[in-house]
Amino acid sequence: MKTVNNRAWLFVLPVVILVAFNALVPLMTVVNYSVQETFGNNLFFWQGLDWFQQVLRSDRFHAALGRQALFTVTILLIEIPLGVVIALAMPRKGVWVSVCLVLMALPLLIPWNVVGSMWNIFTLPDIGLLGYLMNDVLGIPYNMTRDPVAAWATVIAMDVWHWTSLVVLLAYAGLISIPDAYYQAAKIDGATPWAVFRYIQLPKMKRVLTIAILLRFMDSFNIYTEPFVLTGGGPGNSTTLLSIDLVKLALGQFDLGPAAAMSLIYFLITLLVSWVFYTLMTRNEN
Amino acid sequence: MRKRSIVPILYILFLLLPIYWLVAMSFKTTNEILGGFSLFPQVWTLENYRVIFTDPTWYWGYINSIAYVSLNTVISLVAALPAAYAFSRFSFLGDKHLFFWLLTNRMAPAAVFALPFFQLYSAVGLFDTYLAVALAHTLFNIPLAVWILEGFMSGVPRELDETAYVDGHSFPSFFLRIFLPTIKAGIGVTAFFLFMFSWVELLLAKTLTAVEAKPIAATMTKTASSAGYELGLLAAAGVLTIIPGAVVIYFVRNYIAKGFALGRV
Repeated sequence: MKTVNNRAWLFVLPVVILVAFNALVPLMTVVNYSVQETFGNNLFFWQGLDWFQQVLRSDRFHAALGRQALFTVTILLIEIPLGVVIALAMPRKGVWVSVCLVLMALPLLIPWNVVGSMWNIFTLPDIGLLGYLMNDVLGIPYNMTRDPVAAWATVIAMDVWHWTSLVVLLAYAGLISIPDAYYQAAKIDGATPWAVFRYIQLPKMKRVLTIAILLRFMDSFNIYTEPFVLTGGGPGNSTTLLSIDLVKLALGQFDLGPAAAMSLIYFLITLLVSWVFYTLMTRNEN
Repeated sequence: MRKRSIVPILYILFLLLPIYWLVAMSFKTTNEILGGFSLFPQVWTLENYRVIFTDPTWYWGYINSIAYVSLNTVISLVAALPAAYAFSRFSFLGDKHLFFWLLTNRMAPAAVFALPFFQLYSAVGLFDTYLAVALAHTLFNIPLAVWILEGFMSGVPRELDETAYVDGHSFPSFFLRIFLPTIKAGIGVTAFFLFMFSWVELLLAKTLTAVEAKPIAATMTKTASSAGYELGLLAAAGVLTIIPGAVVIYFVRNYIAKGFALGRV
């Protein structure tokens, strides 16, 4: 039982002040832009909700949102099962555990633009390792800067490369928390490996997988740096995900009003999906 | 048992391929890179690394990055420790809402907030300082720190607190001399994740700096576009950004897997 103590607010205060400074001021700035029109010179005019209507009706936003949804769903469908399979196959004890963990965590610690540059160098046709293998050894024409399908495949491969390890680490942490007695009981009952997975391992991993899916959803929905460095959103607009489109709108064309309205809509979508998912996954607890 | 170890081995090979290619490129001359495909460098050169270690615009990038990342880790930890203690030990007005609100700050797209951040930090006169980047990164690092630390603290029995008070410790004395040493593994894991997320973030770091505090990653983007196509140099700079992370992982390897698992969400 926790003690009820409202003075605990004093302990939380520094965190609230720091996060509020960083979150509320910029958020209010964005809200402010989203309801005004500017012609430069710091002159602003009240615009009401026009920008929101304009963004919600624009084909450009629908297209970017569609690409974003496709991207996020694809990487979740690959990374989550793959991460679980790898975590299940990992050794439980011994020196290899550390070796595996250190090597697997490596992509997580590389700055995001370096990840983009690295994949760029890796996939250059004829002089990159992957580009050479595809074009000159396997004979499959592969040029990411010209072919939208190749660009998509590369952006997805890069994200799988970059983030599957996070799912592995979380799933593995869930697995090692299962006491040996559970497995022994399953063995006595003659449970099949599938039954062990379905009724022992999966329920024990539910919490960590919820965290993994939430983190991967939020971060992939906001992804910017890696695909921007790798493809710049191209060829054409084929890999222009939401954040890339937003930055083009805000800083490229300096359309602050529509960009701000778009970012608020975008933020609300993330918030809503995360909240629904979080509530669904935790409703059976307590 | 033997058969299934093929899965992690294949996965690790897949992870190492692009990294190998980056390392191989960094030891090649520009002529060799553009001349055609070679799996290993034909002529090993340290020229790319020499450029980085002798040119201040390059090596200051590393110093700047390490400076603001360390500052951020310290600020986030100091603020998050008492807050995590409060969440783990007390229930208070609005605690659940506060916790969810903290987490929502990870959901705001950084690309959206870049411009307002620039305006905010210019207005308070912190633009282009380590402190600006360190404070900006607390936006996503503090919620994470509170979340992980709270998990570790909830694992410590409350009897520890009570015994300490009976022994005559005041709260600060108990917190600093008894409680913190008890959860030092948790503090280590938290510091690792704080370091990691601050180290890999570029968009805000780049927006909030110009010359004095410019991160290494920003120096790289500039080189990629301005100095033509010096892939070897870019690769060498990339390899050097992997090293600090690798060193940090090595130190916390036994705790990483536990870190996220103990959180309460």
